[in-house]
Amino acid sequence: MKHPRLAGTAALLTAVALTAACSSGGGGDAGGESPSGTGPITVWLSNNEQEVGWGQDVVDAWNAEHPDEEVTAQEIPAGSSSEEAITAAITAGTAPCLVYNISSAAVPGWVRQGGLVNLSQFEDGTSYVEDRVGEGAQTYLTDDGYYQLPWKSNPVMVMYNKAVFEEAGIDPENPDMATYDDFLAGSRKIVESGAADSAIWPSPTNEFFQPWFDFYPLYLAESGGTSLVEDQAATFDDENGKAVADFWASIYSEGLAPQEASTDDAMSAGTTAMQLAGPWAIASYAESVDVGFMPVPTSSGEAEPVTFADSKNVSMFTSCENQATAWEFLKFSTSEESDGQLLEATGQMPLRTDLATTYADYFEANPAYEVFAAQAERTGDVPSIPNSVEVWQAFRDDYSSAVIFGSSTVEEFLSGAAETINGLVQG
Amino acid sequence: MSTATREPRTTEVRTTRSRWWGRQPVGSLFALPYLVFVLAIFAYPLGFAVWIAFHDYFFTAPGVDVPKPFVGLDNFAAVLTDPQVLEAFRNIGVFLVINVPLTVVLSMVLATALNAGIRWAAAYRIAFYVPYLTASVSLVGVWLLLFSSGGLVNSVLGPLAPDPSWLVNSSLAMPTIALYVTWKQLGFYILLYLAALQSVPRELHESAATDGANAWQRFRNVTVPGVRATTVLVLVLAIITGANLFTEPYLLTNGGGPDGASVTPVLLIYQRGIQQQNPDTAAAIGMLLVIVVGVLSLAANRINRER
Repeated sequence: MKHPRLAGTAALLTAVALTAACSSGGGGDAGGESPSGTGPITVWLSNNEQEVGWGQDVVDAWNAEHPDEEVTAQEIPAGSSSEEAITAAITAGTAPCLVYNISSAAVPGWVRQGGLVNLSQFEDGTSYVEDRVGEGAQTYLTDDGYYQLPWKSNPVMVMYNKAVFEEAGIDPENPDMATYDDFLAGSRKIVESGAADSAIWPSPTNEFFQPWFDFYPLYLAESGGTSLVEDQAATFDDENGKAVADFWASIYSEGLAPQEASTDDAMSAGTTAMQLAGPWAIASYAESVDVGFMPVPTSSGEAEPVTFADSKNVSMFTSCENQATAWEFLKFSTSEESDGQLLEATGQMPLRTDLATTYADYFEANPAYEVFAAQAERTGDVPSIPNSVEVWQAFRDDYSSAVIFGSSTVEEFLSGAAETINGLVQG
Repeated sequence: MSTATREPRTTEVRTTRSRWWGRQPVGSLFALPYLVFVLAIFAYPLGFAVWIAFHDYFFTAPGVDVPKPFVGLDNFAAVLTDPQVLEAFRNIGVFLVINVPLTVVLSMVLATALNAGIRWAAAYRIAFYVPYLTASVSLVGVWLLLFSSGGLVNSVLGPLAPDPSWLVNSSLAMPTIALYVTWKQLGFYILLYLAALQSVPRELHESAATDGANAWQRFRNVTVPGVRATTVLVLVLAIITGANLFTEPYLLTNGGGPDGASVTPVLLIYQRGIQQQNPDTAAAIGMLLVIVVGVLSLAANRINRER
């Protein structure tokens, strides 16, 4: 902290109020010039090196064919999360035409801000989204409109270190840990044998998005794909939610997972045997760890459970003047060919039907990714609901208290969080 | 009589005018950019934040016209009945109770020691001042390694190490943060006291010594009263910066800590205003914090003056 700052929160309030002041002083049409506008546009990409490479290749290919509608690609400005950088850009009117890293959880808030273009307003908008994703497209509706194009997913599975499993006396080719009981038994073996300090190490921190990598994948699996909120009511205060919460509470109370965040990459460091991750992690561990994958566990040992999609999508922003160009580029960059290039470059799964057959050659050459392609057919996502981020934060606060730190009971967590969330989604 | 009554009035008006422009109007001109800066960067946003706190407000894209109705004290009622907000204020209370007295006592004692001409005084001054100059982010990394469950501190403590460890222990997280902030900022406050100690007349110490006062009595009866004005300044600054606590709990305990044990009001303002897009309730929390800090600072000032 620096000295001296005047009274209380002045500095932060200054930032908040200044941003707000900008929002009230702008002009122009919230909908941009016109959906038919053409000309140069700017797009933002995540700061993942492989994705930036893919994006630049796609942009170069487009620019070669469209000299009058030049696309400029930039990385999303630095911030503690891309959502915060995008929120600030919407408020200031400096958002680009397209952003290729949209979390569904942030979309309802941005729609409320008037920051996103409803893709359904394009003549072929609705059909493009629904042809691409199939029946699952409904998940991405907000206020009866598609404000995001489902782009790619990273289905969450259990990734494990084969060498650690072997040392703990678990068959790395067939771990047999599909049920909660078997998973707990295997975890105890790992810790008791000393093969690793912890069996599994989800981040126990308090950020709103952490449930997507511990509770939520298992809840989707246990419930057969039920979202956290459906029909404007929390769903998890039931047997499925209790089974999942009890499972994680056992993991923490038995010391099978640490209560503090790892200061390094626990898988690479060998301090944990398992983690929940998507296919992005395969490349990360290619050199350091011999990894295996298995579906997330359920109480009954479901062979092909649903899991969390961890999708990242593409949205168009109302500050974009040349929305027709943006729409055409969006379709170009999510064509079958471009999706194939994305898969090749990043290992992340394009969100489209018939993934495994469309890119059969790739999966034949890269069998490690094939299991994720199969899993990608069975995923659920975060629901598109009012106060989405607040809902997940409330959930995380109560989960941490009961499940990670044991300060309250699982029953109190389930009923308390459900009551809070019902209040938030019903306004 | 009449002349006698008119004369002072004229003088008063003239004095007021000369005060407004100052003796050197050019000086006011030089001060003008800073005045504009204060109005634009502090006063206007602060006023706007007060306005936000009394309205149903959220950020919108430019040109999006949505109603932002006046809601009176609704936002304040919402935050005052929010258990997390109350916990955040409790947490900051714990922090201030540990941090402020430690800061005042340690910085005064260490400054007195450094002023007494001990050996290696320059090295000590630098050692105390370096943490203050170093970026919080890098120092936080060191403390994470020191105070993690497998860190150096627990290795030294062995079986005496707390379980769960320091920064994930709901009873110890905030005290650990308070110690960290005290250590980090000590150099700045020592510097203030070192400057103040220069103005305490050496003759007073010599007289006291001649009268038979020992070192503790000289410190208590000469040094402490001699630096009272600085003590008030240190108290007020420590309260204000302590109440602003954000970076340390955010980085050391990953955004709120174990079971919310290190959530602070400013951390909540960030969560509510920026992450959750509820600037109206964030502004209400900010207003409450300004009031609390103002009252504490005034109280600290008043108590010290009365002494």
